[in-house]
Amino acid sequence: MKILVVEDDREAASWLEKGLVEEGHVVDLAANGTDGLELAREQTHDVIIMDRMLPGMDGLDVVKTLRGEDITTPVLILSALGEVDDKVLGLRAGGDDYLAKPYAFTELLARVETLRRRQDATPHTTKLKVADLEIDLLARTATRAGEDILLQPREFKLLEYLMRNAGSVVTRTMLLENVWNYHFDPQTNVIDVHISRLRAKVDKEFGEPLLHTVRGAGYSIRAGRS
Amino acid sequence: MRAALKLLRTSTFRLATVYLTVFAISVGAILAYIYWNTAILLESQIEDTVEAEVQGLAEQYRIRGPRGLLEIIKARSQEADGAVYILTNAVGRRLAGNLQSLPVEAVGERGTIDFKFPYETGRGLVDHTARAFFIRLDGGFQLVVGRDVEERRQFNRIIRTSLFWALGLTLVLGVGGGLLMSRNFLRRVDEINGASRAIMAGDLGERMPVSGTGDEIDRLSESLNDMLDQINRLMTGMKEVSSNVAHDLRTPLTRMRARAEDALRSSSAEGHKAALEANIAEADGLLTTFNALLSIARAEAGQMREGFQDADLVALLDDLVELYGPIAEDAGGTLVLDAPKTAVVRADRQLVAQAMTNLLDNAIKYGRDAKTGAPDIRLKVARTNGDGWTVQVSDTGPGIAATDRERVKGRFVRLDKSRSEPGSGLGLALVDSVMKLHAGAFEIEDANPGLTAKLRFPGRA
Repeated sequence: MKILVVEDDREAASWLEKGLVEEGHVVDLAANGTDGLELAREQTHDVIIMDRMLPGMDGLDVVKTLRGEDITTPVLILSALGEVDDKVLGLRAGGDDYLAKPYAFTELLARVETLRRRQDATPHTTKLKVADLEIDLLARTATRAGEDILLQPREFKLLEYLMRNAGSVVTRTMLLENVWNYHFDPQTNVIDVHISRLRAKVDKEFGEPLLHTVRGAGYSIRAGRS
Repeated sequence: MRAALKLLRTSTFRLATVYLTVFAISVGAILAYIYWNTAILLESQIEDTVEAEVQGLAEQYRIRGPRGLLEIIKARSQEADGAVYILTNAVGRRLAGNLQSLPVEAVGERGTIDFKFPYETGRGLVDHTARAFFIRLDGGFQLVVGRDVEERRQFNRIIRTSLFWALGLTLVLGVGGGLLMSRNFLRRVDEINGASRAIMAGDLGERMPVSGTGDEIDRLSESLNDMLDQINRLMTGMKEVSSNVAHDLRTPLTRMRARAEDALRSSSAEGHKAALEANIAEADGLLTTFNALLSIARAEAGQMREGFQDADLVALLDDLVELYGPIAEDAGGTLVLDAPKTAVVRADRQLVAQAMTNLLDNAIKYGRDAKTGAPDIRLKVARTNGDGWTVQVSDTGPGIAATDRERVKGRFVRLDKSRSEPGSGLGLALVDSVMKLHAGAFEIEDANPGLTAKLRFPGRA
């Protein structure tokens, strides 16, 4: 994946670059908003990681300008301001996701991959499939190896989100935001309980486990051993 | 001199001046109208009467001749009704009438004249003014018929002077009153200014003076005082937070530092990795604490009210029961909701949900039944205070001693002395500030046995 990182803090930028390159991505760096805008206009990147506070041109303004020019490259906004309303501002400006600093690199990586996937997704998919696990988005039904799996509505939503991002890591915060619409982290790790219930329905009776826990990061649904 | 100028520049004085001018102009106009209607009209009426009488007498003269006229004049002169008459021959000799001589003003053929004549009072002769009409008749006779208007003139003079006095007095009282009012106003504004300067100079305990009359300046002072109290509360809160932060953040920072130093001394790669992982976990814990503090500070600053929407508490709790139910069940307990169909309040959904998760977290951690060891949590939504709603979270655990119920709402307060459960001691502080933000209340009560946390939301009005 080719990623554009617009970040003025040189140390943070090189740390990001190093991490992303280690994951097999190609990284372009820009240290200010104007350069970032120039590079983004080439439209050769799969995802843009945009710091919010930038010298010269504010990160939000860069995103607004890009969207005004019909450039739809997915943007992940990074910000030291972490409150819900800042997030709303960032998304309203045309950002696709928002991550508050400081963040875990695994969280950033998971979100970047989700963004690329969203870009690639065919809009009219009605069925998702991972190995022999299949869900029907219209009928809201799930089957594994042809057997019906009975899911609560929220369990279905959880499974749907995991399957839309099949093969990628999905963090607990991402699940709270996208499945439950909570933009804060509860003290208790509530997600794990729901995952283990889902796992009991999806994996337990069947041979090969599909729903994997990725240590220190989150969860991933995929075929094959982890 | 400058004080006087300051007084004249006050808005009260300017307002008083404008009012006074408008008032004086309208009073003057009314008085002028009344004066014109009475004095001037009456005078012209007299003129008309007199002229008519003269015409009548001239008619009599044409019919009955000089002798007839003479008789009429003689007869009318006898009546003491304030009418004056004189009839003279061609050379001006008086033939009849109650005037001694022809007034010198009577020159020409005919006309209206004002003249003075001696009037017999009890104490001698005085000059009275008469308004008269004169006419030269055929044969050179001159006839003057008039009315004594002295009293009327006197009356008019009195009216005029009293009008001027009244107007003058109004102006003096108006200006004086305006000055007094302005001075009073200025004094109170100066007091408020003085108090503000004292506060700016650092005397934060100073408050605006309140006179106790409950007038608009008092109300202004009271609002300002409320504002100052709120600022004071926030500042005290901030101070408290900074000292608590210093205390509560120092412990994990010390641990992190010691761990890093220890890892530096050791040469095992395994040990380095473990220390780094432990430090990341510790840093995450610190960040959580930090974010919780920020949320509380934000809620207390009250800026988030802009994000308020009509939110259904029941829908919000349904979601939370669904999120937390499995956790209570996994711990062998239950989580049940007893609520009407809907309960709509003005709220920030995220903040209320966050407050509720804090209460649920606490209930699961600390609210376990002494006998069964499992959390049995009941959520209840009920109407209170007319159109408000109250959410209750009850458990059957050990509860909180009455003396500690206020204290636990503070920041970094943890009753769990052993600190065996992870937590920052900020959960209930956030609940408290969220409820204050919603103009509601957070109350902790005894559930007999257990604990009931009540979140009171005001009505939407």
